[in-house]
Amino acid sequence: MTGFPILTLLLAVPLLAALGCLLAGAQTARRLALAATLIDFALGVVLWSRYDIGGAQWQFTENVALFAGFSYKLGIDGIALLLIMLSVFLMPICIGASWRSIDKRVGEYMAAFLLMETLMIGVFAAQDLFLFYIMFEAGLIPMYLIIGVWGGADRIYASYKFFLYTLLGSVLMLIAMMWMVNDAGTTDIPTLMAYDFPVGAQKWLWLAFFASFAVKMPMWPVHTWLPDAHVQAPTAGSVILAGVLLKMGGYGFIRFSLPMFPEASAQFAPLIFALSMIAVIATSLIALVQHDMKKLIAYSSVAHMAIVTIGLFAFNVQGLEGSMIVMLSHGLVSGALFLAVGVIYDRLHTREINRYGGLAISMPRYALFFMLFTMASVGLPGTSGFVGEVLALTGVYQVSSWVAAVCGMGVILGAAYMLYLYRRVVFGIQANPDAAAMTDLDLREWLMMVPLAGAVLWMGIYPESFLRPMRQDIAALDARLSRARPTGDATLTPGKPQSAVRAVTETGHEQPASAPMRAH
Amino acid sequence: MSWTHSLTLVAPEELLSVTGLVLLLASAWSRGQRDARAITWLSVLALAIAAIIVVPALCGGLRGDAANAFDGLYSGDSFAAFAKLLVYAAAGASLLIAPVFFEKARSMRPEYPVLVLFAVAGMGMMVSATNLLTLYVGLELNSLAAYVLAAFLRNDQRSAEAGLKYFVLGALASGILLFGMSLTYGFAGTTSFAGIAAALTGDISTGALFGLVFMLAGLAFKISAAPFHMWTPDVYEGAPTPVTMFFASAPKVAALALTMRIAIVPFGAQTVAWQQIVIVVSLMSIIIGALGAIGQSNLKRLLAYSSINNVGFLLIGLAAATPAGVGAMLVYLAIYVAMTVGGFVALLMLKDVDGNQVEQIDQIAGLSRERKVLSLCFAMVMLSLAGIPPLFGFWGKFVVFQAAVAADLLPLAIIGIAASVIGAFYYLKVVKVMYFDEPAGVALGKSDWVHQALLLLAALIISPLGYLLTKWLSDLSSLAAGALFAGT
Repeated sequence: MTGFPILTLLLAVPLLAALGCLLAGAQTARRLALAATLIDFALGVVLWSRYDIGGAQWQFTENVALFAGFSYKLGIDGIALLLIMLSVFLMPICIGASWRSIDKRVGEYMAAFLLMETLMIGVFAAQDLFLFYIMFEAGLIPMYLIIGVWGGADRIYASYKFFLYTLLGSVLMLIAMMWMVNDAGTTDIPTLMAYDFPVGAQKWLWLAFFASFAVKMPMWPVHTWLPDAHVQAPTAGSVILAGVLLKMGGYGFIRFSLPMFPEASAQFAPLIFALSMIAVIATSLIALVQHDMKKLIAYSSVAHMAIVTIGLFAFNVQGLEGSMIVMLSHGLVSGALFLAVGVIYDRLHTREINRYGGLAISMPRYALFFMLFTMASVGLPGTSGFVGEVLALTGVYQVSSWVAAVCGMGVILGAAYMLYLYRRVVFGIQANPDAAAMTDLDLREWLMMVPLAGAVLWMGIYPESFLRPMRQDIAALDARLSRARPTGDATLTPGKPQSAVRAVTETGHEQPASAPMRAH
Repeated sequence: MSWTHSLTLVAPEELLSVTGLVLLLASAWSRGQRDARAITWLSVLALAIAAIIVVPALCGGLRGDAANAFDGLYSGDSFAAFAKLLVYAAAGASLLIAPVFFEKARSMRPEYPVLVLFAVAGMGMMVSATNLLTLYVGLELNSLAAYVLAAFLRNDQRSAEAGLKYFVLGALASGILLFGMSLTYGFAGTTSFAGIAAALTGDISTGALFGLVFMLAGLAFKISAAPFHMWTPDVYEGAPTPVTMFFASAPKVAALALTMRIAIVPFGAQTVAWQQIVIVVSLMSIIIGALGAIGQSNLKRLLAYSSINNVGFLLIGLAAATPAGVGAMLVYLAIYVAMTVGGFVALLMLKDVDGNQVEQIDQIAGLSRERKVLSLCFAMVMLSLAGIPPLFGFWGKFVVFQAAVAADLLPLAIIGIAASVIGAFYYLKVVKVMYFDEPAGVALGKSDWVHQALLLLAALIISPLGYLLTKWLSDLSSLAAGALFAGT
């Protein structure tokens, strides 16, 4: 162990607060949960500020031999750092979103959320394969309870579907992990990331991991649990589901599938591209015809996650960086959109799009924030969505112009369904008197929206802050992948050497202009 | 091999038999529930002392000739010691929870602890047996006590039915086992495990193979593995709940340990012959245990199917046929005992206001709002049985699957783990009923402090804190597994 165990502290604070919440009354539990998540956010800020960009790949490492068969080993690189930041940033907002809307069994609810936070941070910080698995799987229990106890009318079906779907995906990964550990003789993730598994076995290992991450991500056609879970979950549950849990799939691809099985990843890239292309188009079209706001945003999540997967499997720096930014941006934006839905749901208790309309008149401040997040979801330049999508599509364009074209279409469709949603909810006439009577954002809601809006704009205007911590790690991953990189259809053919230069060398004359020309 | 040495090795069984006989005598003069309670506590004390006696053998890794007693009839090695500790713990828990239950039915009699002691002495012989005859004597000593225990509530029709059913089917299984033993004896010319191992090397003859198959079938009945599991739900449902807990834990540990020893020691050279049987039995148990549980509305029957399911997972470790596999089974057994005790104690604590036991699933609807701690513990037991991390039940499944993967049994591991998802469905159902449904307001009765303490202890072990035990468990289980493989 080196230095102060800040990662353990990050894990311990919400865990202890969760135990406290179980015993506390409603109001105390709310305050305790908010305090714990804010402390964790502060710790996250400290973590980011102390993170040495350009320093060692794995920082804040801790290793205690507590268990047999695996070890308590933590450490983060830039990728994990940003995802941990996303989690600790969203958590206080989630607690805020549940402040009033959850009024039964508050202590247990807050405990489940805090437990969730511990497990999410644990997933991103784990440096031991089995520690990762335990954290990864354990998240099912609190989420199952959150959906099942505090969810909507059809919550039981949704909670079962969520649990069993993701469990089935994950158990196969566990067997693959056991095989890997048996083969490589270590459970240490950094070592395994540099270990070359036999190419024949990689295929099966990759598929087993894919089964888990594709469900978690979720990718078409195993995405069907997501709309159900989202619609039935309470607002904060949706935020955390879309904001962080879906990122575990993408994180899994970056951390495991790509560096551990580069050859298999290259081999299966066409599969990923095909599924992602279908996902982008199909789920966008499905989103276009939804009547339920949460379902619409859930389907848009599937489409955005498809952009993440094509970026990841583009096997180049732009694609990988783009995917990471799309993940972070989607975490903020979809979280914010679910919050925005939650705000009006709390007032009218319906998610039916047609029950609203003309909110711009009665709720101007709300309309402004909703507008910003809609635009960010569409990918308007200046918002975080733009940066990620451009990078990811640039990355994939180098591999396949067709995939880039189809996914570009998906982005256009994304604009269509989001703007259509916005028009129906916010613009138009105030057809429903009860919707027209709704009050604008209060202070609590305002306090939740402003940080999200700030972060979305920050990431859109100056993405370098977010790209810098992970640049080195992405470069390392890119170098690792280089040996398996598939050749793309859009590779530029190198041009012939410039005739002017050749002419000069042939004649033997000095050509003053040649130096600046070479510089081009 | 001196007599004193042999007698020292058998000390725990001597202690338990003598205590059992003395207490039986004492019970002849006992009157009323108070005396029965006192005899129960004395029996628990005897079990605790027996546990202390076996600890040195376990920690010292006693094995080979040093552990042999009575010219190879009996082995007090660390493998037996590990199993005995689990048996004593499970039996002790079944004794502790009994008085409150039986006093409610006005049938707390001192025979209960005495029978448990005899059964435990028999189990001690089972796990230590290194000869077919010792094995059979131990098995029958255990079984005869168990048949009576199943029918202990003699005025309750269900209990009497359970006892009779258990007796008839158990006798049949013992017959099958004996038949297998006689065939094995016929082809090996000896009843000693070491002798059988020496005789059955190379290709196995058809007759000896039949012996092996019949012996495994008889044992599969005792561990309630599919397809010999039919009796389990009925007996578990009918028997008084403390007895059900006893059946689900102690004899299962003993019979599994016995199965391990038989597979590894006398038939150690015939791994290929029994491995496929074990694989099929294991997968069938997992799948039948999971599917059978789905339709159950009685919690005891559900736990019965759950135990069939768990036996399937345990056998995956045996199918690996490696020291790692056996060690993994022992770790799983230890966790299984904690989960079983937790599950049944929680079940015992479910009472209505008049103190009657609540056993139906729909009666515990919304329990989480009425009995917070109880339902939290019960939910933990259920999720732990389903093998969901971070609960400790995951670790048991983890180690057996790891052993299977290390032994290149990938198809078994993949099918087994995929089938565990089916099992998760019905475990989740219990959690769902307790947490998601509207309160039924039935199970509101108060619980006894002994039950509460045991439940909290079990919950503590299966909570994530249990992982702190992994080092210790893995050291001891590998010592024990090493002892089993020492002779081969």
